[in-house]
Order: sequence, then C-alpha cells, then structure tokens
Amino acid sequence: MRLKYCSVWVLALWMLAAILASFVDLQPNQIHLDFILARPSFAHLFGFDDLGRDIFPRLLAGAKVSLFVVALVTTMTATFGIMLGMVSGFYGGWVDRTLMQITDVFLAFPGILLAIAFAAVLGAGLSNLILALCITSWVGYARLTRAQVLSLRQRQHVMAAKSLGASTLRIMVKHMLPLLAAPLLVEATYSMAGLVIAEASLSFLGLGIQAPDASWGAMLRDGVRYMLIAPHYVLAVGLSLMSLVLAVNVLGDRLRDYLDVRG
Amino acid sequence: MIKRFLGIVPVLFGVVLLTFLLVHSVPGDPVEVMLGESASSADRMQLRSDLGLDQPIYVQFGVYLNKLAHGDLGVSIHSKKPIVDLLAERLPATAKLALLALSFAILIGLPLGVVAALKVNQWPDKLANFISLSISAMPHFWMGPMLMMVFALWLGLLPVSGMERGVAIILPALTLGFGLAAILTRMTRASMLEVLHEDFIRTARAKGLAERSVILRHVLRAALLPIVTVLGLQLGSLLAGTVITETIFSWDGIGRLLVESIEKRDYPVTQACVLVVALVYVMVNLATDIIYIKIDPRVRFAS
Repeated sequence: MRLKYCSVWVLALWMLAAILASFVDLQPNQIHLDFILARPSFAHLFGFDDLGRDIFPRLLAGAKVSLFVVALVTTMTATFGIMLGMVSGFYGGWVDRTLMQITDVFLAFPGILLAIAFAAVLGAGLSNLILALCITSWVGYARLTRAQVLSLRQRQHVMAAKSLGASTLRIMVKHMLPLLAAPLLVEATYSMAGLVIAEASLSFLGLGIQAPDASWGAMLRDGVRYMLIAPHYVLAVGLSLMSLVLAVNVLGDRLRDYLDVRG
Repeated sequence: MIKRFLGIVPVLFGVVLLTFLLVHSVPGDPVEVMLGESASSADRMQLRSDLGLDQPIYVQFGVYLNKLAHGDLGVSIHSKKPIVDLLAERLPATAKLALLALSFAILIGLPLGVVAALKVNQWPDKLANFISLSISAMPHFWMGPMLMMVFALWLGLLPVSGMERGVAIILPALTLGFGLAAILTRMTRASMLEVLHEDFIRTARAKGLAERSVILRHVLRAALLPIVTVLGLQLGSLLAGTVITETIFSWDGIGRLLVESIEKRDYPVTQACVLVVALVYVMVNLATDIIYIKIDPRVRFAS
C-alpha cells in the first residue's frame, strides 16, 4: 500500500517544520486584527485564528513543541525503563517482584489519567507537562525489557560470557542490549505516537504550554470554540495532528514487520 | 483464581498510596495553591487541619486509609459537599456512557474484523485496515468535534452537547467507541487469521459443516478468547477517554468532574476521581481474567 511510503515523508516533513520553527522566527504570535478568523488563501494557506494570528506558523511552532516533548520524554523514559527492566529481569527474586509490583501499580491507572492528574497538581507549563509524562510512561519499556531479559538470560552466549567472568554490566550492555534493540525500537515508535496524543490532550485541557505560545492541543481547543463560523481552524490543526500520529503508527507497523517483532 | 484475587491487594495498596502522594506533589504549600493567596490565615489553618497536613506524612496516610476503609473520601474544598456524594451523583452518567461506547465498539469492530480476516488481502481487508488505522490516529478531542460538526451542526440530527435529551449520549459514546472499535477490528482480524489455520478448522470443513457454521461456531469462538483479554485492557483507554470526551460534550460524569476539580484546584476531588477510575479499571481487569478462565476450557482444566 502506498500509505507505507508516505509515512516516512510526512514524518520527515514535520521534523523539518519543527527544525525550521526552532531556528527561524516565523512570528507565530503576531496579531493581524483585520484577519480575525479569515479563511485560507494562497498567501496564508491555513487562514487565521480567533486573534488574527496566521495559523501556518503556529502549526509549525506547535510541531516544534510536540516533537520536542516526544523526543525528550522518550529519551528519558526509555533510558530509565530499560535500566529498571534489565535489573529486574537479570536479578530476579525479590528485586524483580518488587519492581514489577511497582509497574503494576502504574499500569492500574488507565491511559493518560495519571499524567493528567500529575500535570494538574504540578501546575500548568511545559516542564511540568514533560515531568508528568515521564512519571507515567516508563512502564512499557521496563516491562518489555524485563520480559526479553528473562528469556535472554538462558541463552548460551550469555552463559558463556558469564562463565568467562564478564561483569554484570558488560553482559547487560554488550550481550543483551543489542538483542533488545529491535523490540524496543518498535515499542518506542508506538509510544511516540501515544506521546504526541498525550501532549496534545494535556494542552487541550489547558495543562501544557501556556498562551500565547502555540501548541496543537490548545489550538484545537480554541478551534472547537469557533468550529461553526471558522471550521478551517479546527480542521487545520486536527488534520496536522492526525497526519503525524498516523505517520508514526504506520512507521511502527513497518518496523515491526521489517524487524520481525511479534506485537 | 484465589491467587489472582490476592494478587490485586498490593496493587490496590499501591494505587491508594500513589493517589495519596498526588496531593503531596503540589509544589510549595498545597493549602496556598488551593485557597489562593488572598485567603485568611484562619481559613488556611482550618483547611490545613481538615486535610491533616499539620501532621507527619505517615500519620496522614494512616488517617487517609482509615477514612477510605469507611467509605469517606473527604470533603470538596469548593462545594463543601462530601466527595462520595459528588462521585455517586456522577458515576451513573459515566457508566452509561462507557457501556454504550463499549457496545458500539463491539458492534462495529467485531464484524469489521471478521470480514477483514475472511477477505484477507482483498479490498474489504484493506479498507478495514485503512479505516482502523485512520481512526487510531484520531484522539478523542479531534474525533468528538468532528462528529459534532457533521451530525449536530451540519446535519442537525443530534444535539451538540448536554444531557437534556436521551439521544445526546450517542455522539460522546461514538467518540469513545470508534477508538476502541479500531483496536478491536485489528485484534479480531489477527486472532481470526491465527485460528483459521488450525487443524480443527480443517476438520470442521472436512466433515462437511456449512461455512457459516465453521466461521461462527468454530473460528469465532476460539478467536474470541484473546479478544476478551485485550478488550479488558483497552477499556482503560476508554475510561481515560471519558475525561476529555465528557468535557467536550458537557456530559456530567466523573471525567468532567475531574476536569472541573482541576480548574478549581479542588485537589481532594481530583484525587478521589483518579482513585475511583483506577479502582474501577483494576476491577474490570480482574473480571476479565475471571471471564477468561470461565470461557477457556484449557485454562479451566489446567488449574
């Protein structure tokens, strides 16, 4: 299906947009009072929002926030989760039981509920949003790593390394991590799609980055308010978000098939 | 099965502990954050002792546990009503919404998955795959407004939001249901495909059973087992989705109560909402496991 090949391009385009928004001042907060909720035109492809700001540069600024949050949270949670999962799977016994009990507790909170709660009590803002997402999204990596390590522990090359006196750290990093890379990469890809949605959800509830700075979630909330008179606003933001999430998900499917990881 | 029951005890304890710690992770003085800087010092003292914040944290946790065991979740700072009453008021609305959403998801996802599996790699399969992929990329806060725009604003078939008319439940339920239906479609397809290649299906066909009966009584029945487990787990995303969906459609359930409490900085209510939703989720998963044991003869006889 052609969709497969589009996904990489869509993703690359959004990354480019985010980089552009980081290095070039596109003036996403500039107000044009004559253009309040103006429809899309050739000069301004996506029209204007309720304060007369050009939606296109705001979309790019939103992409920057979204991808920044996703990259940062993924790096931190993957590192933490993988370390925890390795320790848990490698040592077993009470260490494993305790750590897995803890992950069970985090898994008992459905979806982004816990992130919403933490973002709420920590207070609005980008750093708190990132913190809230970090607190809640390391569990998947820990569980996956642990499960893989449990089976790897019995592999002959690990036994051989052990009997040759390799240190625990060396076994984990040199003999286990490379074999974990494929399933973890697939997990990370799907988790990134989830994080794009989670960031937008929290911003939608007013818990993320604060006005006047642009974020997709907050823009969607404003767009919904003017849905009847200016549907272009909500459509522009919603379709952008959808294209990014879809692209990441399709990429995840491709990676899963290519790396032959069972879902 | 007893083991499974005992297994949730530490999880429940952890859930209670984490929600308890939630209010303690408010940066700075929670009393100041909740009451605002203009509050009098007498009011502050009052709230501090009401919440037990003037005591050591382990004492506070003990008191919290004790109250919880007696069904006391504290009092709302904003409305001064017992939180248990607030929750009891809102719970039926959320339950109704979640159940209808689940029904929609099953009614849409299951048949779509079955058709996709039977016509694997043909156009119905590709279409179902395309639909479910697109829908999984639509978060509730995008799906909701879209449905609202089409069915309420353009076609005028259903109310935009609110709870006054009975049919008002349809759009929020569809918003929640579609996401789950997409996952269910993919799960059903995968599970069906696995079963279709089993020996007992070939046997069923070889003994001359009608194709319809092979699919419904043999394939689907075996394929449903993993689907039940996934459905239980996925109910979580549905429960979490009620937070945003109820807010969009002004549906007075637990989710909207949670958002309102966040806006009013009424953290004891926030805490209680999170706790209740998590407890419901744990119970749903426990129920799923039990159902799984009941409907799968292999698991039943092995244990």
